Amino acid sequence: MYPAPFNYHRPETLQEAIGLMAKLGEDAQAIAGGQSLIPMMKLRVGTAPEIIDIGRLPNLDYIELRGSTVHIGALAKHADIAASDAAAQIPMLGDCAGGIADKQVRNMGTIGGGTAIADPSGDWPCCLRVLGADIVCTGASGSRTVNIADFITDSYTTVLANDELVTEIRIKLPPANGSSAYVAFKRAASAYPSATAGVLLTMNDRVCEQARIALGAAGSTVVVSAEAEAILQGKQPDSELLKQVAETIVSESSPAADARGSEQFKRAMLRSLVVDAAERALARSRGEQVKGGHRYA
Amino acid sequence: MPDNIQLVLVDLTVNGSRYQRHVEPRTLLVEFIREELGLTGTHIGCDTSFCGACTIILNGRLVKSCTALAIQADGGVVETVESLEQDDQLHPLQTAFSEHHGLQCGYCTPGMLMASKQLLAENPSPSRDEIKKGIAGNVCRCTGYQNIYKAVDAAAKQMQET
Repeated sequence: MYPAPFNYHRPETLQEAIGLMAKLGEDAQAIAGGQSLIPMMKLRVGTAPEIIDIGRLPNLDYIELRGSTVHIGALAKHADIAASDAAAQIPMLGDCAGGIADKQVRNMGTIGGGTAIADPSGDWPCCLRVLGADIVCTGASGSRTVNIADFITDSYTTVLANDELVTEIRIKLPPANGSSAYVAFKRAASAYPSATAGVLLTMNDRVCEQARIALGAAGSTVVVSAEAEAILQGKQPDSELLKQVAETIVSESSPAADARGSEQFKRAMLRSLVVDAAERALARSRGEQVKGGHRYA
Repeated sequence: MPDNIQLVLVDLTVNGSRYQRHVEPRTLLVEFIREELGLTGTHIGCDTSFCGACTIILNGRLVKSCTALAIQADGGVVETVESLEQDDQLHPLQTAFSEHHGLQCGYCTPGMLMASKQLLAENPSPSRDEIKKGIAGNVCRCTGYQNIYKAVDAAAKQMQET
C-alpha cells in the first residue's frame, strides 16, 4: 500500500522545522520515527500533502538526569529509553519503553511521536500520566510546558498548535520510597495493547502514603481516578484492597469493544492489570527483582 | 494532494553496494529495495507493520522496511537477506533453518533470518526465552515456531564454535 503523494521536507534545524510548520499550516505533518504515522498514511488516514521529517534534527535524542528531573529529547527511541539509566531508576519507564510493539518498532519509534499521536491504545500516555510528566512544546513564539494531563484532550488530539512540535518530555524522579510498574496485555508482540495499567506507590514501610494509577486503552484518553487512589492512602495494600481499587478505577473507564476484545473482556483485563501492576510495584518496594511490561501470547 | 511532487534523491548502501535513485517521497523502503534495486529477497507480508517479513537491518538496527520511507533511510547502510550467503557458502543461520525445518512456505524466512542475525549479533548465546523475544516481531504461519527456535539455537552454537 502506498501512502498518498506528498512533498517531503527535511529541515536541518529545529527553528527551520518550526518555520516550515508555521508556513505550511494545516497542510503540514511532522514525522519522526513514523511507526504510528506511516501505517496511518498507508491506510490513507492521517495523511498530509506536506511531510516534514524531523527525525534527524540534531540534539533531540538525549536521555539525561539533571538534578531530580529526567529530560528525554522527543527523538529518543523507545529501545534507547529502555536501555537507559533513567529506565533503571524509574522501573515503569523501562517496563513501558521495552515492551512497546516489537524490537523493529522500538528501534525507529520515538517518545515524542508516541506521545503527540495520542493514540488511545498507545503506551506512553498512560505511563507518562502516572509519572506526571511535563511535555515541552516548541513553536514559533517559543516553548511552553504542558502537563500530560492537559496535553492530550481526546483520542488522537492534543493541545499542540499547527506550528508546534513536542521537543522534550520531563519526568520528575519519584521519591526514593516510590515504586512503580507498568503492565500491558496485547494479543501479539506487534499489536497495540488491548489494555494497560500503570501504578506508582509511595511507600512508608508497609503503608502506602500516595498512589498514582492510570489506565490505557480504556477510553478515548487515559483514565485516572482520585477515588481509587484515595483508597490506598494511609493503608497497607492487601489483595482485598487492591481489588477494590481496581473495581473503582475500572468503573470510571469506557473501553470500546473492537477487534481486541469485547467491553466486558477489556474491563476484566483492566481490573487484573491494575492488581498486577500494583503487586509488582509493591514487590519492587520490598527490593524484589520483578519484571513488568507487556504480556502476549 | 500536491500538484507537482518533487522527486527525492535516495542514497543507500545495500549489502555493500552504493545506490542512488530519484524516487517519489512516498516510496517505502521495502519498495525501494525490491522495485528499484531488484532485491526481492525482502518480502512484503502484511504491509501493516505486523508480520516482520520485510525486516532488514538499517544502520545496525532491526527495522521493518514496510514501515519506513526510503528517504528516511537516505545515507544509511542496509543489510538484506541477500547479504547472508557469502562466496556460495550459506550463513550458519540459513544452514540451521534448512536442517531444523525452520521454514515451510518460506515467506517469513527472510525476516526471520535478519531478526535472528541481529539477535545473535547482540546476544551470541541466547536462551530459548531470549530467542522468542528476539524474533517476537516476526510472524510465521507454518512452523509453529518451535523449529525456528531450534534453528536459531543451533546456529548460535555453531557460530560460537567457529
